[in-house]
Amino acid sequence: MIVPASVRGAALLFGVVLIQAVIVPPYLVAGGAPDLLLLVVISLGLLRGSSAGAAYGFAGGLLLDLLTLETLGVSSLVLTLAGFWAGRYAETTGRGRRLAPVLSAAVITVLAALFAFFLHSLLGDDVVARHALVTVLVPTLAVNVVLALPVHWLVRSVVPEREVLGPAQRVEVLV
Amino acid sequence: MTVRRIPTKTLGPRGAGALRRRLVVGCLVLASLVLITISFRSGDDGPLAGVQSAASTVLRPFAVGVERVAQPFRDAYHWADSLLDARSDAERYRQEARELRQRVIQAEFALQENEYLRRLLDYVDGPRFPEDFEPVPAEVIGRPGGAFTQAIVVAAGSENGIRVNDPVVTADGLVGIVTRVMPREARVQLLTDQEAAASAIDVRTQAQGIVRHALGTRETLVLDRVRKRDVVRPGDEIVTAGWRTGGLSSLFPKGIPIGVVTSVGQTDTDLFQQVQVDPYVDFGDLDAVLVLVPLEPRE
Repeated sequence: MIVPASVRGAALLFGVVLIQAVIVPPYLVAGGAPDLLLLVVISLGLLRGSSAGAAYGFAGGLLLDLLTLETLGVSSLVLTLAGFWAGRYAETTGRGRRLAPVLSAAVITVLAALFAFFLHSLLGDDVVARHALVTVLVPTLAVNVVLALPVHWLVRSVVPEREVLGPAQRVEVLV
Repeated sequence: MTVRRIPTKTLGPRGAGALRRRLVVGCLVLASLVLITISFRSGDDGPLAGVQSAASTVLRPFAVGVERVAQPFRDAYHWADSLLDARSDAERYRQEARELRQRVIQAEFALQENEYLRRLLDYVDGPRFPEDFEPVPAEVIGRPGGAFTQAIVVAAGSENGIRVNDPVVTADGLVGIVTRVMPREARVQLLTDQEAAASAIDVRTQAQGIVRHALGTRETLVLDRVRKRDVVRPGDEIVTAGWRTGGLSSLFPKGIPIGVVTSVGQTDTDLFQQVQVDPYVDFGDLDAVLVLVPLEPRE
């Protein structure tokens, strides 16, 4: 039985949300911890495109907020945009680049942290910029960059890359 | 035989793809914003609370299952980690045991005297730990990320008698307070959260203050608002104060250990001392906690 890529992606996402919410301790490495869910959403965006990346990000964020009893929608919004950005990068300049997962993980980890900080501040949470953007972000960024390629390979082994049919490939044979 | 490209229509694959892409991301962003708005404005009583409660109940077995699977690996990691510190710890604990033996004897005498004097005075006290609380043991099944919230999710909720503002402890000391309750889960705000605070006293000097998270640190606490005339020293033990004024009372019963003073500083311009406290609880390594449910309903 062939399982569609979208179903495999959803199953993978569900597993990663559980691991992120239940197993990964908040301070694993020097005050930070890998954001596995973000890395998987980025990889799914790179492999399946911006629309799928956004959808996976939304679903993953929603599940995470449900599991951790946080304000619904915050993680969804951040991860939707993360998946979308990764997908757009893959659809434009990042296509075929070997280090695209590492570069996108580095950039999106920083942007996601900044955006999440802005969102939490907007919602009135008592967030300290130094803690969120230095103490936690720096080690998290380092770990995410290190894990970006292994996570991407793992995701690619479960969910294959989407085949892109550009206009040039749509041809008609005239005899 | 010739090959020619199919001419693109008015809204070609590229244009249609772009429109679809924008529609998808626009709808998802909008859905997220709607969720945030409803969830934020309605709190625990809104329409989403029921949905979240039902969803968390459905997801609970998965979370518990993953926690059980991960536990042996976590134990193995901690065992290996603890071996590194075992030698230095053993000597320190031997020294502590000698001191504690002396203090237990003194405390036993003080306790008997205290009980006798209380009976004489017909002394009315606030809720005491642990006599006036029923401990509900709960497994930790969720650990939200550490950048913005310091919280855990435990596998016990209103069905176990847990309510919002119930204190949460471990054998080591104070963990935090319940901030959200579902039928079978509860969210616990850790003492290291920026918004958490607890009134506390220095056991040796009875100096009072408020314990809160030290800004910009990982798990260090500060005992804030300690008067300069109180002589707090490194090594002093800090416990919850458990005050009661009129109809108001502290959410925490008195006497729950919080941590030990590591440094004390003060400047001429500050009104209060800067007291750093190293918590007894390892907030990054919580596997199970005790939720203290008051036997008498809180006023």
